[in-house]
Amino acid sequence: MNDLSPSREERIANLKGLGCSRKRVEDVRFTQGKGNYVDDIKLPGMLQGDFVRSPYAHARVISVNKEAALALPGVIAVLTAEDLAPLNLHWMPTLAGDKQMVLADGKVLFQGQEVAFVVAEDRYIAADAVELVEVEYEELPVLTDPFAALESDVVLREDLEGQSAGAHGPRRHHNHIFLWEEGDKAATEQVLDSADVVAEEMIYYHRTHPCPLETCGAVASMDKVNGKLTLWGTFQAPHVVRTVASLLSGIEEHNIRVVSPDIGGGFGNKVGVYPGYVCSIVASIVTGRPVKWVEDRMENLMATAFARDYWMKGRIAATKEGKITGLWCHVTADHGAFDACADPTKFPAGFFHICTGSYDIPVAYVGVDGVYTNKAPGGVAYRCSFRVTEAAYFIERMVEVLAIELGMDAAELRRINFIRADQFPYHSALGWEYDSGDYHTAWDKALAAVDYAGLRREQAGRVEAFKRGETRKLLGIGLTHFTEIVGAGPVKNCDILGMGMFDSCEIRIHPTGSAIARLGTISQGQGHATTFAQILASEIGLPADSITIEEGDTDTAPYGLGTYGSRSTPVAGAAAAMVGRKIRAKAQMIAAWLLEVHEGDLDWDVDRFVVKGAPERFKTMKDIAYAAYNQAIPGLEPGLEAVSYYDPPNMTYPFGAYICVMEIDVDTGEHEIRQFYALDDCGTRINPMVIEGQVHGGLTEALAIAMGQEIAYDDIGNCKTATLMDFFIPTAWETPNYTTDFTETPSPHHPIGAKGVGESPNVGGVPAFSNAVHDAFRAFGLRHAHMPHDHWRIWKIANQLGLHG
Amino acid sequence: MTKMHIKLTVNGKAEELLAEPRELLIHVLRERLNLTGAHIGCETSHCGACTVEMNGKSVKSCTVFAAQANGAEITTIEGLGSPDALHVLQRSFREHHGLQCGFCTPGMITRAHRLLQENPAPTEDEVRFGMAGNLCRCTGYQNIVKSILAAASEINAAQEAAE
Ligand code: FES
Ligand code: FES
Repeated sequence: MNDLSPSREERIANLKGLGCSRKRVEDVRFTQGKGNYVDDIKLPGMLQGDFVRSPYAHARVISVNKEAALALPGVIAVLTAEDLAPLNLHWMPTLAGDKQMVLADGKVLFQGQEVAFVVAEDRYIAADAVELVEVEYEELPVLTDPFAALESDVVLREDLEGQSAGAHGPRRHHNHIFLWEEGDKAATEQVLDSADVVAEEMIYYHRTHPCPLETCGAVASMDKVNGKLTLWGTFQAPHVVRTVASLLSGIEEHNIRVVSPDIGGGFGNKVGVYPGYVCSIVASIVTGRPVKWVEDRMENLMATAFARDYWMKGRIAATKEGKITGLWCHVTADHGAFDACADPTKFPAGFFHICTGSYDIPVAYVGVDGVYTNKAPGGVAYRCSFRVTEAAYFIERMVEVLAIELGMDAAELRRINFIRADQFPYHSALGWEYDSGDYHTAWDKALAAVDYAGLRREQAGRVEAFKRGETRKLLGIGLTHFTEIVGAGPVKNCDILGMGMFDSCEIRIHPTGSAIARLGTISQGQGHATTFAQILASEIGLPADSITIEEGDTDTAPYGLGTYGSRSTPVAGAAAAMVGRKIRAKAQMIAAWLLEVHEGDLDWDVDRFVVKGAPERFKTMKDIAYAAYNQAIPGLEPGLEAVSYYDPPNMTYPFGAYICVMEIDVDTGEHEIRQFYALDDCGTRINPMVIEGQVHGGLTEALAIAMGQEIAYDDIGNCKTATLMDFFIPTAWETPNYTTDFTETPSPHHPIGAKGVGESPNVGGVPAFSNAVHDAFRAFGLRHAHMPHDHWRIWKIANQLGLHG
Repeated sequence: MTKMHIKLTVNGKAEELLAEPRELLIHVLRERLNLTGAHIGCETSHCGACTVEMNGKSVKSCTVFAAQANGAEITTIEGLGSPDALHVLQRSFREHHGLQCGFCTPGMITRAHRLLQENPAPTEDEVRFGMAGNLCRCTGYQNIVKSILAAASEINAAQEAAE
C-alpha cells in the first residue's frame, strides 16, 4: 500500500522548494527566442502610433498643422490635445497627486514632451508623418536648476497659478511643489549646536534613468462589437493600470483586460502611466483598429521616468569618540515638469526617511522641497524602494565625511554606531520600526573576508610610494553598510492612487496533484515563475515542477499592486505562503477523513500528513488532491483551491555589507575594480542562484550610476544623454566579477522570513563604488565630489588636489 | 516608394519578399518573417539585442538594410536549436543563470555562437571583449561569461571525444 521509500531527504529534494537553486522555468522559452514581449504582438489590422515631440524645453505651442501629415497615404489619424480635450484625456492624473499633459496643451515644459500622436499603417509611414506635422512654437525662458527655479519669476505650471497648496500641503512659490518633513527639527538643531563635532556636506545624487533593455510600449485593442478593451503593455502594475484606464476612459473595469506579457526589464521605468498608453487606447477607440506604440531609445531616455535628482544637504553631529548624536538633512528635489513620482500616496519623498541607515541615531530631521523645472517628469524608484537609494547614498557619504572630520577609520566609526542585534525591533528617530538585523556580525564577516587591515596597510604603502613618485595609481577602499526598507506595504499607510498596497495569490490544485497559481505581481526578469513555485512547494508539499505560475493578466490573476520596490517576495511571496497554508488546512481535514482519525492526530511531514505515532499511516498531498475531487466528504466542499490577500504588518529591512577595492590612475582618471565583495542579508533565501543573479545585476547598475551614467541637460534644457552613446551602460568588458556572500536573519513578521533582495545591490552598490573613489583621495584631502565619477571627473579631482605636479 | 525584390536564406529556408530600400533587416525578420527572437533595444547599433548572423558574421540587424542582405545566409536565434534539442549555448545559459528578463538573450547567444566559431577556446578576457557589443541590464554579465565558457568546454570536450 503506502510506500515508505523514498527517504525524507529525497522527498524534500524532490519538491525543489525553499533554499533550492532551482533552474528557471522561464529560460527554456527565452533562450530559444520564444519570449513574448509587447513589440512581438501582432494583431490583424494593427496600426502603429508615433509621437511628434517638442524640440524645446519650454515654449508656447502656437499652432499644430496636421494637413500635410494627414495627406500622406497610410496615415489614419493625427491626435492633438484639442482632440483629446472633449474626452477629458488631454491631461491625466499622476501617481503623486499632480496632473500631467498627455499631449501638449498650449505649452511644452520639457524637451521630448509629447505634442501630437500620429497613427499610420506601419512604423515607416508613421515616422514620415511625424516629420510632416508642423508645429509652431514660441520659446520661453528655461529653468533647469531647481535652486534657480525657486527664485525665478518664470512660471512653469501656469495651470496651477493661484493654487497655494498641492496634494502634499502648501506651496510657497509658483515653482514649488511641496515641503515634506519628518523628525524633530528643533531637537536636532539643538544637538547640532552643542555637539563636539559636526560634519556638513552637500551631496548630489544626479539624475539618471532605469533604461531597461526593452523600452516602454503598449498595444491597445478596442473591440467595438463586445465593448471590450484589451491593453497589452510594459506594465509593472497591470491591475492598477486597469483601474486607472477605467477611471480615465469611463469604460467599466470588467470591460477592460490589461495584460503584461514578458517584460524586458523594468527597474522602475514601467511603473508609471505614460501618454503613449493613453494615446494608443484613444487611437484604438477612434479608429476601431488595434494600435501599437513602442517608444525608441531616445524617447525612453528623454521622456519616460528619470530617477534621483536629489540635492541633499546634510549635517551630522558626533562626540569626540565618534558616537553619532544627531542627523539633519534638507533635500532640494528636482521633479521636472510634472510631479509624476512613483511613490505611495502619503510619501511624496518616498521612504527617504530611512536615511538614518544602519546607525543608532537618537535624533534626526529631514525636510524635502519638491521643485518644478523644465526637465522630464518621472522620479521613479530605479531598482530602488522609493528614494531608498538616495537615502543610503546620503548616510553612507555622511558617515565617511564624519570619519574624515574625526580622523577616524570609517569601518570603526560604523561599527561603534550600528544598531545592536539586541535593539531589534528598533524604532528609528524618523519613525520606522526596523524588524530585524544583525549588523555587527555581517560587518565583521565582510571585513575579515577582504582582510580589511591588510588592505589598509597596502593603501598606506601605496600613498607613500605615490609620494615618492614610484607609482601613479592610488588605491581606494569603498565601504558601505546599508539598510533597505522594502515590501510596501501596510495598507494602513501605503497606497497607490487609493489602492492599498497588499498583494495576492490564488491557487487551484488539480486532481492529479499538480497546480496553477496566479499572483498580483509581474516578473520583469526576477524569475517569479520559478521562485513563487518554490515557496508554494514547501508549503503544500507538491513539487515546484508541478506548479504553474501565472501573472500579469487582469482577467485571470487576483488583484495586486505589482512588482517594484522589492515588494514581490515580501508581499506576494507572503500571500503565496498564506494561500499554501489555507490549502494545507483543508488538506488536513481531508486526510483526517481518509485516515479515519481526528485532525489533531495528524502531523505535517514535507509532502504528507502522518498519523501521530504511526508513521506507516499517511496520506500524501497527491492522494489528498485526488480525494478532494472524487470523494464526498461530509461537511466539506469538493475541490481544493484558495485565495489569499496579504496585507503586510510592516515593511522588511534587508541589509548588507559591501566592500569595493579600486585602483585609480591619477593621470587618466581611469579606474579598475580589483575586488568587490557583497554580503547580503535578505532573510530566508528562496533560491540562492536567483539571489546571486539579482546581486550581480544590481551591482552592475550601481557601477553604471556611480561611475558614469547620467541624464544631463544644458542650460536651455537640451537633454545631452539621450542615446546609448552618451548614456553609460557598462559592457562585459568594463564589468568586474563580484564575490557574493550572505548572512541570514529572517524577518520575524513574514510568513517564511524572506525580505526581498532585488534592489539591495543597487542601494548598497552606489555608495560602495563612490566611497572607493573618495577613499583613494582621502589622504590628499578630498572630502566630497559629486557623482558620476567618470574618467574626466576623477581626473579633475586629482587635478584640483594638485596631484598632476 | 519603389520596392526591391529581395531573396535571402533565413535559418536554412529560402525567403523572397518585396521591401522598400530603406527597410531594415530587423523589421523584415520580426514583422514580415515573424521571427521575433531578435529584439530592438536601441536601433543605433549600441545594444546588440538585434544581433543575427549574416554570411558567417555577427551583425546588428537594426543597422543593416534588408537590401544589403539580398542573397545572404542569415541565422537567427530561432535557427540555433529546437525545443527538443537545445543548442549547447541555450542549455548552458539556463544551467548557469545567464539570463533574467531574456530580452538580450537571443542576441547574446547568437553572438556567442559566432564568437565560439571564431575562437573555440577563448579566455575569460576574450569572451568579455568579444561580447562587448551586446548589452545586458539584468545579469551583470558574470553568469553570461560563465555560460559561454562552459559551453566552449563542453563543445571542445565533445569534439575531443569524437576524434
Ligand atoms: S537594436 Fe540593434 S544594436 Fe540595439
Ligand atoms: S537578461 Fe535582461 S537585459 Fe539581459
